[in-house]
Amino acid sequence: MTIRGKVFKYGDNVDTDAIIPARFLNVSDPAELAKHAMEGMDAGFASSVRTGDILVAGLNFGCGSSREHAPLALKTAGISVIIAGSFARIFFRNSINIGLPVMECAEAAQGTQKGDLLEVDLAKGIIVNTTRGTSFQAKPLPPFLLELMKSGGLVEYTKKRLQKKES
Amino acid sequence: MTLVEKILAAHTGKKEVSPGDLINVKVDLVLANDITAPIAIREFRKLGVKTVFNPSRIVLVPDHFVPNKDIPSAEQARILHDFAHEQGVIYFEVGKMGIEHVLLPEQGLVLSGDVVIGADSHTCTYGAVGAFATGMGSTDIACAMATGDIWMKVPPTIEFVYHGKPKRWVTGKDLILYTIGNIGVDGANYAAMEFCGEAVTYLSMDSRFTMSNMAIEAGAKAGIFWVDDKTIAYVWPRARRPFKLYEGDEKASYLKRIEYDVSKLEPQVAFPHLPSNVKPVSKAGDVEIDQVVIGSCTNGRLEDLQIAAKVFKNRVVHPEIRCIIIPGSQEVYLAALRLGYIRTFIEAGAAVSTPTCGPCLGGYMGVLAEGERCLSTTNRNFAGRMGSLKSEVYLANPAVAAASAITGRITDPREVVSRKQETAEKEK
Repeated sequence: MTIRGKVFKYGDNVDTDAIIPARFLNVSDPAELAKHAMEGMDAGFASSVRTGDILVAGLNFGCGSSREHAPLALKTAGISVIIAGSFARIFFRNSINIGLPVMECAEAAQGTQKGDLLEVDLAKGIIVNTTRGTSFQAKPLPPFLLELMKSGGLVEYTKKRLQKKES
Repeated sequence: MTLVEKILAAHTGKKEVSPGDLINVKVDLVLANDITAPIAIREFRKLGVKTVFNPSRIVLVPDHFVPNKDIPSAEQARILHDFAHEQGVIYFEVGKMGIEHVLLPEQGLVLSGDVVIGADSHTCTYGAVGAFATGMGSTDIACAMATGDIWMKVPPTIEFVYHGKPKRWVTGKDLILYTIGNIGVDGANYAAMEFCGEAVTYLSMDSRFTMSNMAIEAGAKAGIFWVDDKTIAYVWPRARRPFKLYEGDEKASYLKRIEYDVSKLEPQVAFPHLPSNVKPVSKAGDVEIDQVVIGSCTNGRLEDLQIAAKVFKNRVVHPEIRCIIIPGSQEVYLAALRLGYIRTFIEAGAAVSTPTCGPCLGGYMGVLAEGERCLSTTNRNFAGRMGSLKSEVYLANPAVAAASAITGRITDPREVVSRKQETAEKEK
């Protein structure tokens, strides 16, 4: 499956308070959260992001809190995949669990700027920067995590697991 | 195997596990709070199960935005309350609750050798009792509530050895701030931090909870201590169920071994806007502040209040400073009341609050305006953490916090409380 999108680019240590400030955690509705995505760092993001856009960042993306609201806000706002030099572990597993693709590739992060157009092959982990004519190979996800993503997330995976148990 | 590997192996039914293994782990306890539970409950409903796997192994605590900070928060607290009653899980109402990571160990709900997962990043706090405790998301908790297990990758263990005896006013908060300053906010990414060495034997349980609490700020999955006499003395009388003790193997393989000599360490301060931007308090310079917060899951325990009370005794908060003190639980609050600490705080001119996470995450009970600075005993200081994007948060231990509240700028407690004064006060 290939994703094509325009890049929003950020640096290192983008924390969960930047992605979704805590004062918005008094709601859990995804559409409401999406309105405030990245408001702790980029006030213009929520109004300019379009479905299919791609978020690219440096190291330790999503550090800080365990709030699932963070990847949920980004996914609902339209982000189709997050590419970062590295991820904070709770943010990473939250993204997988809710079916938001995440890819680790420091070279892609370094070689990409805001506004670039990317073509991403999720299955193969190949990232092509069509604006700059460069391509990168991301670290492949382990088979179990790919399975979780293919199921549509942890809830779907667990539902199937529980159904199997009953039969 | 290391201590963490031993605990995880035992909870997967495998003889052995190694770092990198993807495993399915049986959990001893599942936790969520008022801001993470609503999503967890919504996802739980999608699973098609009617009841949780074991109500006595699930704890729901309203603590972030309670007592209800606004109508949406009241609605979230209601969802938590109703689900807790529907399922019969362990629940603490306002007036009985505390900040979850202060409350659970106190209540004997998290024990040595446990695997504990929580929809809160500071779940790693329970590593102080020798549990494998880690923060996860709401969906993880939803599924674990249904099945009693969860997927995870076995982390490598990094050994942190602290040599020497900590000086006066140097606590677990300083050891962990120093460590994060040294290795960076992703210096222990995906790893389990194992805290050992002579210095940790001097730390009280409260100080150990502080250290484990901030393991997440170095990117760690867990921050664990070996079980010793202090641990047993704490856990045994409180435990509501049996628990098992584990020990790492002598020849276990660690990812790294990092050693520090902390005998000369002074209190540390994390400057804006990263928990790793750490300096010794003597190098803080002249930083005027507007607010001090003493509390949170990091430093809201009795020893923290005892230290603050020692500094505040017969002194007053600077007239320009808002000092907000938040005991982490009703048990801590009551003990502080009986010991005279609350009186000392109020007489000094501080505001004392019911337990809540409140200002730590910029919720309420002490939010910052543009241009304001807060010195707090909390755990994060990213931009906008406590309010305005143009405000600043400095992290420190309770002694530095109290001393700074008195002078109105970041202050070394030794400047406020001299050795002579302390001896005189003791002799009185």
